[in-house]
Amino acid sequence: MLTLAIDTSTTAIGVAVLAGDAEPVRAVVLDARAHTEHLAPLVADALARAGATPAEVTDIAVGTGPGPFTGLRVGLVTAVTMGYALGVPVHGVGSLDVLAEQAFAATGDDVGEVLVATDARRREVYWARYARTADGARALGEPAVEAPAQVPEHTRMLPTAGRGPLLYPDAFPRPVADVLDVDPAALGAIARRRAAAGVPMPVEPLYLRRPDALTTAERAAR
Amino acid sequence: MADQPLVLGIETSCDETGVGIVRGETLLFDAIASSVDEHARFGGVVPEVASRAHLEAMVPTIERACREAGVTLGDVDAVAVTSGPGLAGALMVGVASAKALALALGVPLHGVNHLASHVAVDIVEHGPLPEPTLALLVSGGHSSLLLVPDVTDDVRSLGSTIDDAAGEAFDKVARVLGLPFPGGPHIDRMAREGQVVIDFPRGLTGGRDAERHRFDFSFSGLKTAVSRWVQAREAAGEPVPVADVAASFQEAVTDVLTRKAIDACRTHGVGHLQVGGGVAANSRLRALAQERCDAAGIQLRVPRPGLCTDNGAMVAALGAQMVLKGRAPSDLAIPADSSMPVTQVSA
Ligand SMILES: [Zn+2]
Repeated sequence: MLTLAIDTSTTAIGVAVLAGDAEPVRAVVLDARAHTEHLAPLVADALARAGATPAEVTDIAVGTGPGPFTGLRVGLVTAVTMGYALGVPVHGVGSLDVLAEQAFAATGDDVGEVLVATDARRREVYWARYARTADGARALGEPAVEAPAQVPEHTRMLPTAGRGPLLYPDAFPRPVADVLDVDPAALGAIARRRAAAGVPMPVEPLYLRRPDALTTAERAAR
Repeated sequence: MADQPLVLGIETSCDETGVGIVRGETLLFDAIASSVDEHARFGGVVPEVASRAHLEAMVPTIERACREAGVTLGDVDAVAVTSGPGLAGALMVGVASAKALALALGVPLHGVNHLASHVAVDIVEHGPLPEPTLALLVSGGHSSLLLVPDVTDDVRSLGSTIDDAAGEAFDKVARVLGLPFPGGPHIDRMAREGQVVIDFPRGLTGGRDAERHRFDFSFSGLKTAVSRWVQAREAAGEPVPVADVAASFQEAVTDVLTRKAIDACRTHGVGHLQVGGGVAANSRLRALAQERCDAAGIQLRVPRPGLCTDNGAMVAALGAQMVLKGRAPSDLAIPADSSMPVTQVSA
């Protein structure tokens, strides 16, 4: 098994190579404005440092967001194109799911629920609530995009992963230390676990917002 | 034939997801997925809608191009992609996909200029480009006169639009006339039923502009003139002769385009004119260009309409020239450059 994991939904442009049970090799750059430039070189770098060639990749995992659209798509199109070219399966994993697992790994068993809140720009966050279970983080509802104050208050008081607390410390007072961006190695591990359990993992981008444009009919109705 | 490079080209600078496959100077297949129907209800191309459609269409279009061309990805010698200019978010989908292909297949990547690709596509249609060639590129996104000594590394801009692109003017006038988006084909069709009876303005053709902007274009004044003319009719309670307005507007656009292109050929001593871009599908532009080239002793080259609009074959055609001429491939770190200058052929 040689899993290539890619996530471009948060500020980190992240790649990891998981070869068998070996320690994952990561290649990460923090630059939310230059996904197109960084991602392919990071994939090449991570594979090289893992001593692997692209042809040896057996499956690809990719974060499906939610995240700012243009960056998110760079990760998704890279994953699906490589998957097609190499003839290997591509697994889609919700990016907030990964942050939730990272949060549970970083906190004690006494933390049974967490909030994940990431930067959605426009003074909003992508958010979802998760419960700790025996087989990983379980989402308590669909991810949403809202202004921080719109997130229910009792939810905002949960330990919170992602950049939400960094950007809006008043709204999210309990940050989970050091869990800011998606860790591609954690993403790869979740994909492997779900694949082994036969969970379907479609590669569908989670945009949550519709394109900013009015149809001719909508304009006329204004 | 088999020793000729097999190049896969990807184009996503606007609303067409194009994947073309060229061997040397021969087109094997050109696959296109268009999101134009999704944009029609917005009355114009919406960048985010286009980008979402590119992501969905990318792999299926690559797959179809390979299947119809009768090749497998393993046969591909190089990958070419439009790295600019165009809609930033749309370009990024194609550039990232091309990089992923090049990386997975272990072949070189060539990031190329969209406009130079519009010129290069005629190689797979009509054979090697005369050097130099003069090119008139007209579409919804560009209106340019180019002098092209070598399409792989020497493209010079003689002039371009200073406001709207020619295709944009067609879309805007179509809206004024109550015709659907995209406007080009509808105006072309209406114009055939009308007469050129209204003398609309020819931008940048008179007085000082004719010298200062000799090879530049301007279409926003024309669009305003058409809309004022229509409004005056409506205000007077008279019916608008849509076919005549369409024919007269189309005549004004194609007159200026061809007049300036012929002038550029003469000025630079070039005996060949190539017309490309979506507006090259306009029947009046083709006819008028032919008529004026014949009169001036200039040879006209216009690729078939499907190769004039944005497509992957043009990118593959230029990529193949890059390989044949031994041009250095692009780095995997190249950006998608939405404002890539026309003079920069490769990234
Ligand atoms: Zn074009």
